[in-house]
This record gives sequence, structure tokens and C-alpha cells, in this order.
Amino acid sequence: MSIPAQSEGTVITKGDAAPGEILLKVSGLQKHFPIRKGLLQRQVGAVRAVDGIDFEVRAGETLGVVGESGCGKSTMGRLITRLLEPTAGTVEFEGKDITHLGVSGMRPLRRDVQMIFQDPYSSLNPRHTIGTIIGAPFRLQGVTPEGGIKKEVQRLLSVVGLNPEHYNRYPHEFSGGQRQRIGIARALALNPKLVVADEPVSALDVSIQAQVVNLLDDLQQELGLTYVIIAHDLSVVRHVSDRIAVMYLGKIVELADRESLYKAPMHPYTKALMSAVPIPDPRRKNAKSERILLKGDVPSPISPPSGCRFHTRCWKATQICTTTEPPLIELKPGQRVACHHPENFEDQAPQDTVLLSVAKEAAELVSDEVLAESAETSAAVAAEVAAEVEVAEDAAPEASEDEASEDEAPAKEK
Amino acid sequence: MLAYLIRRLFAAAVMLVVIIMVVFGIFFLVPRWAGVDIATSFVGKQADPAAVEAVRQKLGLSDPIYAQVWEFFKGIFVGRTYAAGGDVTNCAAPCFGYSFRSEQAIWPVLTDRFPVTLGLALGAAVLWLIFGVAAGVLSALKRGSIWDRGAMLVALAGVSLPIYFTGLLSLAIFAFGLNWIDASYVPLEDSFSGWLGGMILPWITLAFLYAAMYARITRATMMEILGEDYIRTARAKGLKEQTVIGKHAMRSTMTPILTMLGMDLGALIGGAILTETTFNLPGLGQAVLQAIRNQDLPVILGVTLITSLAVLFANLVVDILYAVIDPRVRLA
Amino acid sequence: MTELSKTGAAVGEPTGTSPAPTAFLEVRDLKVHFPTDDGLVKSVDGLSFQLEKGKTLGIVGESGSGKSVTSLGIMGLHTAGQYGRRKAQISGEIWLDGTELLSADPDQVRRLRGREMAMIFQDPLSALHPYFTIGHQIVEAYRVHHNVDKKVAKRRAVEMLDRVGIPQPDKRVDSYPHEFSGGMRQRAMIAMALVNNPELLIADEPTTALDVTVQAQILDLIRDLQKEFGSAVIIITHDLGVVAELSDDILVMYGGRCVERGPAEKVFYEPRHPYTWGLLGSMPRLDREQQERLIPVKGSPPSLINIPSGCAFNPRCPYADIPKDDLTRTVRPELAEVGSQHWAACHMTTEQRERIWTEEIAPKL
Repeated sequence: MSIPAQSEGTVITKGDAAPGEILLKVSGLQKHFPIRKGLLQRQVGAVRAVDGIDFEVRAGETLGVVGESGCGKSTMGRLITRLLEPTAGTVEFEGKDITHLGVSGMRPLRRDVQMIFQDPYSSLNPRHTIGTIIGAPFRLQGVTPEGGIKKEVQRLLSVVGLNPEHYNRYPHEFSGGQRQRIGIARALALNPKLVVADEPVSALDVSIQAQVVNLLDDLQQELGLTYVIIAHDLSVVRHVSDRIAVMYLGKIVELADRESLYKAPMHPYTKALMSAVPIPDPRRKNAKSERILLKGDVPSPISPPSGCRFHTRCWKATQICTTTEPPLIELKPGQRVACHHPENFEDQAPQDTVLLSVAKEAAELVSDEVLAESAETSAAVAAEVAAEVEVAEDAAPEASEDEASEDEAPAKEK
Repeated sequence: MLAYLIRRLFAAAVMLVVIIMVVFGIFFLVPRWAGVDIATSFVGKQADPAAVEAVRQKLGLSDPIYAQVWEFFKGIFVGRTYAAGGDVTNCAAPCFGYSFRSEQAIWPVLTDRFPVTLGLALGAAVLWLIFGVAAGVLSALKRGSIWDRGAMLVALAGVSLPIYFTGLLSLAIFAFGLNWIDASYVPLEDSFSGWLGGMILPWITLAFLYAAMYARITRATMMEILGEDYIRTARAKGLKEQTVIGKHAMRSTMTPILTMLGMDLGALIGGAILTETTFNLPGLGQAVLQAIRNQDLPVILGVTLITSLAVLFANLVVDILYAVIDPRVRLA
Repeated sequence: MTELSKTGAAVGEPTGTSPAPTAFLEVRDLKVHFPTDDGLVKSVDGLSFQLEKGKTLGIVGESGSGKSVTSLGIMGLHTAGQYGRRKAQISGEIWLDGTELLSADPDQVRRLRGREMAMIFQDPLSALHPYFTIGHQIVEAYRVHHNVDKKVAKRRAVEMLDRVGIPQPDKRVDSYPHEFSGGMRQRAMIAMALVNNPELLIADEPTTALDVTVQAQILDLIRDLQKEFGSAVIIITHDLGVVAELSDDILVMYGGRCVERGPAEKVFYEPRHPYTWGLLGSMPRLDREQQERLIPVKGSPPSLINIPSGCAFNPRCPYADIPKDDLTRTVRPELAEVGSQHWAACHMTTEQRERIWTEEIAPKL
């Protein structure tokens, strides 16, 4: 990695990964936080914050990660930046396994992977000037940028839209939005390839949120950054992301490109999550019927439900959902879902039709229109897929194997 | 709640063992490493070699250390005998040591003096809790007022003035100058009013120091609690201000006060040396002072042990009270 | 700094001479100022609005816009926790059902609190006392205003918990707040607020601390309960989605003042203040096609000690130079009617604003 290119500002020679190539690959990633109790601090259980997730991030894209509190999204962010040690699984960055690198092994990588935190108040040391804060990565890495650290820091300040003359000011002299800009400048100092942002705008006021979102956008275009943006706000995530992973209780339940996910979500949880977002449109105030209200709360990640973790709140749950964990498989190109009975697609376990009693209760909260519509689309898609399969079978028998085996998969596991 | 209680008791028991071991270490191991002859220090410097040798045998100082520890523990819980040839000394449980110089077990000496110290500490605690907490609450409610500034000034004086100053001053004024009370100590069994008369000045003097500290901590805690959301909720319900303060805010303010109380009472029970000396109270503190003067090691050992146990006990009580006050603690 | 003298005098003077209004809740020229070492913090600086029973008013604004202080002022809680010298200064009039609250005896206001007007707070974990059971706290709220014994009150508490959708209310009534999840706590908080059937319910960011699926449950609950109890509701939030869901009327606050007020439809579809445009443009929306870019408001919210002279929004307003004679920087704009029941405080002419909105802003949203 060469640093000098930085001072030229916009023209940056990126590293090895060309746009579209896989920059970060995560497989089977787990993080269990042990719960210790008693005098002997025996381990009595574990918070399964992240419990086996696979995904990859391609160079130049933005992967959004959404989910409710306790779904493990923040832990995931800390795992891929190796601020936390994974319990199991692997993290590969540019093809190199970084899962168990030690402090010194991680050092060169710290340049390439940076993190932006939620709270612009507590993530900046109040006793340091922002010049020191933004310049710290250079000192830690022992890098002297062309023209000296000060000049480079001032350049970074102007890149993130702050006055370079404020080099000597302290964090408390800045507003929340400006502090988040400082955090971004610090993350950008070493010209990283991957920036992981954990709730980068959720502590900010609406009008400031937009400024920071646009800034992240601009920086990505100018510097060719790759982002993993973790947030609970679905509208923000949709705005910034190319692809989106939806997490529930330590698992990715759906991973799809933005358009597919928002237009035709397949996992019932995704659908419920999106329908829950209040729409800033008073004319749709009484369009309550579109909303899927979920019953109760997210179960504890200490003892997550068996099978599909969402089955305790899902209105489509059947027997198979309680026993067999649905794998995250690509049902449509670019749309991976872990569900036996997906929305907007052919049922993956059609033989299992008896709803669980909890599902019946949950369904009472879902309006008939939504249920009817979902049944309709599923049937339509099923017909479509069947037709496609037939066509494909006629044309090239081997091509259909994938789909066929996918269809059978849940049945086999039973 | 029961599980919490059992866990706390178990933890206290473990702590008890640790404390005894540490005390043993301080009195029997550290001097040995430092090259001090323990037997000599138990007998006194001018003792003849035969007596020293006898004590050495009685204490089993040439036995392996684990045996010595065992004997030490055994003494505390079931009593022990010190034997050197035919010379056998019995020390009944709880044997907190034996003074070979005065030929008596330490425990009865301590129990003689214990009620005096306990009476002093508890009486003073009642006073300082009432006045300290009340002053702290009032100061917090009238922040910045004359009352607040005055109270905090007095509190500052209370914290900074040493006991022997305030104690002697009060003696000089009330006992000798105005001649209001007879300040000499009378045991409770003999005369209640006499006891009260003897204790009142020590109580006030000791309470003054602690009340000052409690007022400051109460004020700070109260001010913090008053800014809590749940206090605003209590007001939003339409509760009277006295309920908001007296019930909702006080309940939370009690927690840090209780912590301090546990520590302070525990420490005081081990002997309020300055107060007892100033007022000539025959309590544990005075015993320690005399023992130090006479280099009477067994007494010091006994008092050290009893102080540690008192702190341990007080903390156990505080832990249990915590759980009564704060339901979240029961989970921990 | 020209407006300092104007407002300084009014603060603290007892008012209440004007006739009682007909509206259920009417706030007139409310000012809440907090003296601090750095200067006078003008959290609310001349706010007026009315609210009828059965209606919901949404107050929208960013942090420091004065929206929470307004609600505390109405509840008479603006001085709460402010022991000591520097009391908050409040002036204006707050009429609740024919009673003027600011000139009323504090004990009378206290008796109205919790019974006539109740409040739900943002963070239900910190708003509930950690040492008392949920049931105890609801019983307490009921018994301050009703002379009943504990058993009756507890039955009422169970009934309320059941009503707000807490499963096994007879068991959960003896739970402590930490034993509840975030959504359950907020339900308990709502049960506590509604236990006395208040006619005015103020919800201050009731769902901000909650997850989106739980938020949906709580908003649904508030809506249902309002229908059932017919109370007036003020919902305070920074989330335009939440106001749009619940409100009949919307009041947009900026720098302690109202910049726009009107029926929800009007404020969303024909906003007439540049700040409202800014809020709408800043917000990514799920219900629209993907916007290319958000349209943020430049700069940061004003300091309430040093509110910009003239229009408080002028340093951030892209149209500040349109009105002549530097009007935006010298004269504070008053609320003026821009449509039926629709007011905005801006120096641009209504036509100018209409044109900017329809030609420049609306197409980009």
C-alpha cells in the first residue's frame, strides 16, 4: 500500500481488488459471549450474538446490515474489523484469512479496514485536539504522508467538509454532525479499502443525518470506498446500500440487492420489518392494513428458538420451522433467503401446511389483504418457477439440478 | 432472593477463611521472613531464654507452616491448647490468641471491651445518619441557598477537624467549663443515665465527623437522583413533592449511604482509637493503643482479627440490605 | 440581538388577563427560559397553539428546538429538579379545559397532573423507578387521585396492563421494570399514564428508544387508546413518519418557536416554510422510489443562548436573500396564515414559497 497517492486528493490508486471483486468474505462466523456465574465464574451459557453467518462484500459496493437491537449486527461489525475475536468461522480480506491474526499481524490490515462509530461524543478523546485525533492513525502506523501529518490532516478536514483551520480545536467545540465528520476523517486518514460504519447517523438530527449520508456517498464515489453500513433505520439503509443483509437473532435471514429486497422481500421478517416503518405520508395514515404487527419481543439470544429463529413470531410458521433451520439459499438471482415458506416465492416446504398455534395467533395481527396477497404472489411465483424449470429441463437438463435440489433440501433435512 | 442470600453467605464464609489466613500471614509469616523472632515478640524483649523457648514450643513455631495454620484455625473455631512439655495452657474457642505475658486468653479481654466500642459506634451512627442525611437532603433541595452553603461549610469543618480537637473542645466546654455532664464512662449495667452521660460527648464528637461526610455524599447523590427521569415521572403522576423526595428519591439515595455505613461501622467496631483515647473509654481502641505501647502482640492480633471480622459482617449485612432495597441486585 | 429587549421584559410577568378560550387546550405565547452561567437559554420563545379533545397534535423538531420543554411547561414540570437559585422563567398562558395553569396554585396543577394530563417519556427504562414493581408504580399513580384502597387500585392496575397488551397481567404486575423488555416497559408506562383516564396525553418521543417492530406496536396502541378514551394527544418526535402516522395537526418547531403549523396533510403536501422543506428533503423515504440524493439542511441547529437575529433559520436557509432589505436577518417573522388553518413564519411571500415548493423542492422529493 502506498500512501503518497493520498495527497493528490481525488485520484487514488486502489489496491488489488478491482470493483466487483470480493473484498471481504465471511463464512460461518460466530461470536458467543460466555455468561459466567457464581464464585467460580463457571460458564453457564452464552449470548449467541452472531451465530453462523456467511456473506461477502464486493469492492466498491455498500453492504447494508439491518436488524433490531440484539440481532448481532454491531457484533458482526466488530468481528469483521477484528475488534473482537470470532468464536468460530473465518473472515477473509482480499483472499487472506484474517480470522486469528494477532495484534502485529493485524497492523497492516488496520490501514485497509476502518470503523466509524455511532456516538460521535464518546468516540473522540475530549482531551485531544482534532488535529491529534485525525493524525493519530499516521503516528500509530508510523506513516508520514507527503507534506507532513498536519497538511494531510487539514486536507482530510476539508474533504469531510470541515474548516481546515479548526485543526487545533477540541471535540467539544463541535456539534454532533461535525463530530461525526471528524470520526469519518479519522477513518479515512490511512486511505482504507473497507469502512465499517456502525449506526453512523442514528445519533444525529434529521437535517444533519442527511448531510452525513450525502458525505458518505460522495466519499465513496471519489475514493472508491467499500462500505459495510450497519443501521437499524431501514430508510437510511435503503438509501445508502447496494445490497442489504437482514439479521435476526444472530443470523442473516435475507441477503439481497436493494431493489429486490424492498420491492419483493422474501423473508416474512423482512416484510414485517419494512411494513413497520412509519411512512411520512399522512394520506396513508389509515392504511393500517398493510402493516404486519409482530407479536411480542425478540427472544433472548441466550437460548434462541429451535429451527427457524423467527418461528415464535411468524405468522407462517409450521412444524418444519420449529425443527429444521432453513439454510440461507439463493432463491432468485441476487436474493438469498433462509425461510421454509418465503413470501413472493414458491413455498420451500409445501408439504407442511398446518400452521403452528403461535402462527395462528400472529396471523390475527396480519390483515387478510396481506395474507391473501402473499398467498397469491407465492402461488404465481411457484407457477412461474415450475414453468421455468420445465423450460430449463427441456433445454439443458443439468442446469435445473440446482433448483431442484433446493426445492428438495428442506424435505431431505426432515 | 434465597439464592442470592446463600451466595452471599457462601462468599462471606470464603472471605472469612481468607481473612484468617491473611492475619496469620501478617503475624507469623511476615516477621519470620523479616528475620524477627516471633516467640520473643510474644513474650517481650526482656524475657529469659527459657520462657521464649517455651512460647516457641507452645506456638509450634518450629512445626511446618500448614500445621501452624491448622492450629490457628482450630483455635478460632474449636479452641486449642498451647503445650510445652508439661506446661499446658488452654485457650477455649474462639481463641483469638493468648497473652503469655498476662497469662490470659485474648478473647475475654476483647469481649469485655467490645460492648463499649459497639455502643459508641452504634450510638454515633444513629446520630450521624439522622443529622448527616437530613442536612444533605436539605442542602440538595435548597442548592445554592444560605442553608446549603452554611451546611456545607460546617460539613467541611467536620471533615477536616480532627477528633482529638473537637473532642477535647467539647470536653472542655461541656464537661469542665459548663459542668453540664459527668464525662467519665459508666458501664450500662451500672447506670443507664450515667452511661448516657459518659457516651453523649463521644457520640456527638464522632457523629460530627461522620455526619459531615454523610451530608456531603447525601447531597451529591440526592442532586444526581433528582435529575433522574423516574423522578420526573413521579412528579408527572401528580405525586406530592414530599412523596417524590421522601419515597422515590430517598430510596435511591440510600444505596451509596448504605455502602458507606457498612464500611464505617465495620471499621469503627474494630476500635475508634482516637475517640476512645480522647474520652478515656475502655473500648477496643484503647486496648489496641495499650497493647502497642506494651508491645503486646497477641492483643494486637486479636483486635486485628476482630476488626476484619466486623468489617466482613457489616458488609454482609449491607449486601443483604442492598437486595432488599434494589431488586436488580438479587439477580447478580 | 435586537429581539432581546423585547422578550426579556415579558418573561416572568404574571399574565392571564385575556378571556378563557374555547379550545380544550390552548397555549398562548408560551416562553420558557432557563438562566445559566453562559446566558439565558430560550428553550421556548413565544409558542401558541390549540388542541381539541379527540385530536392529535404532532410537534416536530430537532434536538434543542424546544419541543420537550414545551411539554414539560404544559405539565408544570419545567422547574422540576431545578432546586436552587436559578429557576426556569415561564410566561404566557396555558389553558386546559378552562383553567389557566401558569397562574394557578401549584398544588392545583399538581392535582391535575396525572389525572387530567398525563405524560409518556422517551426512555421507559429510566422513566420507571428501578426499585419499585410496575404494579406499585401504577397503583401509586391511581391512588394519588382516587381515594381507594390498595386492592382496588391493584385490580385497576392489572386491568390497565391487560388493556395495553401485557400478557399475564396479574403476574407481571409484580414484576420490576428490569424484568420487562423495552416494548413492555413502554406499554407499562402507557398503562400508568392512562390509569386515571386523562383528557390530555403528552407522549414525548414515545418510540425513539424502541425497535421499529415494537414502535409499530406502540403507535398502534396509542392510536387505539386515543379512539377509546377520546383524549387529546400531543406527540412530540423528530420522526416525520411517526407524526404522519398519528397526527391530525402538525407543529414544526425551530429554535424555540413555531415555524409552521397546520393540518398534517397541508404540512406534508403544501409546506410553506423552508425548514419544513429541509426536514422533508433530509429524510430518506421507504414509500418512494429511491432518491438519488438527500437534500440536507446546511449548517447546524442554533444555540438557544444566541438565537440568530431576525428569522432563527436564516443562517441555514437557502432562500434567506429573497426578501428585500435584509429582512430575514433583522426582523423576526411572525406566524401568518398561508391557507385554511395553516400558518407559517417566513418573510418570503406566500406566492414565492408556493413557487419554490412546487417547482424546486417537491419534484426532488
